[in-house]
Amino acid sequence: MKGMDTKSLGLAGLVLLVAAGLPLVSDAYLLSIGVTIAMYTCLATSWALFSGPTHYISLATAAFFGIGTYTTGIGIEHLPYWMLLPIAGVLGAVVAALVGVATLRLSGVYFVIFTLGLAELIRQIITWGQNVSGAKGIYVLTSITEEHIYWQLLGLAALVFLGGFLIWRSRLGFAVRILGDDEDVARHAGIHTARVKVLLFMIPGAVAAITGAMLAPRYVYVEPSIAFTPMLSFQVVIMALLGGTGRLWGPVVGVIPFTLLWEAISGTFPNQTTLLLGLSFLVIVYLLPRGFVGLIEGGRARMRAGGAMA
Amino acid sequence: MDIIFTGLLLGGTYALIALGLNLQYGMARIMNLANGETLVAGGFGAYWFWTGAQLSPLLTVFVVAPLAFAVNWLIYVVILRPLVKRAKSRGQLEVDTILTTFGLSFMAVGIMIALFGGDYFSYSYLATPVRFIGETYGLNRVVAFASAVLIGGALWLWLYRSKAGMAVRAIAVSPESARLVGINVPRISAMAFALGGAVTAAGGALVSTFLTLDASTGVMFTLKALIIVIMGGVGDIRGTVVAAVLLGILETFVATLIDPGLTLAAAYLLFVVILLVRPQGLFGRSQT
Repeated sequence: MKGMDTKSLGLAGLVLLVAAGLPLVSDAYLLSIGVTIAMYTCLATSWALFSGPTHYISLATAAFFGIGTYTTGIGIEHLPYWMLLPIAGVLGAVVAALVGVATLRLSGVYFVIFTLGLAELIRQIITWGQNVSGAKGIYVLTSITEEHIYWQLLGLAALVFLGGFLIWRSRLGFAVRILGDDEDVARHAGIHTARVKVLLFMIPGAVAAITGAMLAPRYVYVEPSIAFTPMLSFQVVIMALLGGTGRLWGPVVGVIPFTLLWEAISGTFPNQTTLLLGLSFLVIVYLLPRGFVGLIEGGRARMRAGGAMA
Repeated sequence: MDIIFTGLLLGGTYALIALGLNLQYGMARIMNLANGETLVAGGFGAYWFWTGAQLSPLLTVFVVAPLAFAVNWLIYVVILRPLVKRAKSRGQLEVDTILTTFGLSFMAVGIMIALFGGDYFSYSYLATPVRFIGETYGLNRVVAFASAVLIGGALWLWLYRSKAGMAVRAIAVSPESARLVGINVPRISAMAFALGGAVTAAGGALVSTFLTLDASTGVMFTLKALIIVIMGGVGDIRGTVVAAVLLGILETFVATLIDPGLTLAAAYLLFVVILLVRPQGLFGRSQT
């Protein structure tokens, strides 16, 4: 481990520590925004771990999230809460693996299309199951408070960062980088491309499911249309791309401003959130193809070049 | 029997919508995820003319289609062509167009909600029953099917019997070689894209005679059209029609015998089977 890495790890730890102090000083409103930011940090960072290097745009976040929410919703009656989180993670990873096996051998378009409808598909099946069994929504009544959810999400975010950091320097991370640059080259170099992609896709699957499981107590009442909002998938994509997927810390840089913007817009013009979503996509493609990370690093490079000239 | 005919009628209109998408993806090489919004806009047009001026949806098609042609042509030239130019590879273009057309799709939904509100809209047009081999069907469905066959047939004739149609098919096979034989690829691509939009909007006007739509249902139609196009084979007209009819029948089958809420699940079942068994499409040849 080089000195640079130790420094960034230390910095990340410090940021985490400061963030963990938020509930001690803030009021309820600030805390609820904190929870939202922590939630999207987990989702967007894990999303970028897969979609960043591979360029496969996953829209399955809402599906995994909903699976997690339902795991808590159904399981809380029978099992202790702490067992539900790993169960949700395993379920999310398994579904991700199934989707990956079906689509990741093929071109990116097939994957996008498949994940686009996945949340709706699972929602239809659960709704149908409820119609057949006669059950409606589920109440999730626990003693878990907003603070607890916040700290849990921070813990998960720390795990995601650590995982991403370790994967980046593992053989898997190396394989993915080659694969993202040129899939043919990767295949000729003996990399089992489909397996690498499926393995990596299981990470956002598991993380999103665990995030959903953690947030279920916040909703109190869980039903398919709450657990599987398709908007969630798109928000995650925008936040991650807005921040930039080239760096591990990129998505967070997108999550914070976008969450605040979203809160402001949905508070004042609730009907215009779809318009905002649409505009954000265009801004990303035309103005910020590498996200804020690209801006920051471009600026830094220019400063360095300017310094060398002088 | 009942199921097969209802499915066939539904599949006919699906075919028209999917043909529109196939023109855009197969020929112009743009994966247009805002396709469903074009359809809903076409439906809104038909609804608006019917409630406002009692103008038959069959006539509205002639208003909606040229409008959609113009709008889609503008979208291609202004928004998408710069992406085609800057893209270094097919994959790069694919990611960019997917994000852009998602953006357009959300903006279209936002604009339609602002203009018409988020409510469901439907109107009663030709809702009289017709009897056929002992079963009854809605006349509007039959008329929509017949119109879809007419439009689809005209499209086929144009693609396979005219010079411009041949140029469109040429760029579908290979844009690079098409350029070598003197085809103006950028112009023909723009035209194929615009035509695809027009066909989809016409399909929307027809669909609105018997289905209830709202501003945000577009994505469901996009999804179905995509599944049909992939199943039939990208750029393959015959495959698209067969796949659309198959989907229409399967959907009707699931809706009547199991649960109407499971239509997407039915489409996905078909999708997964195709992906696992024949990812190149029903009639496609595998690429080596």
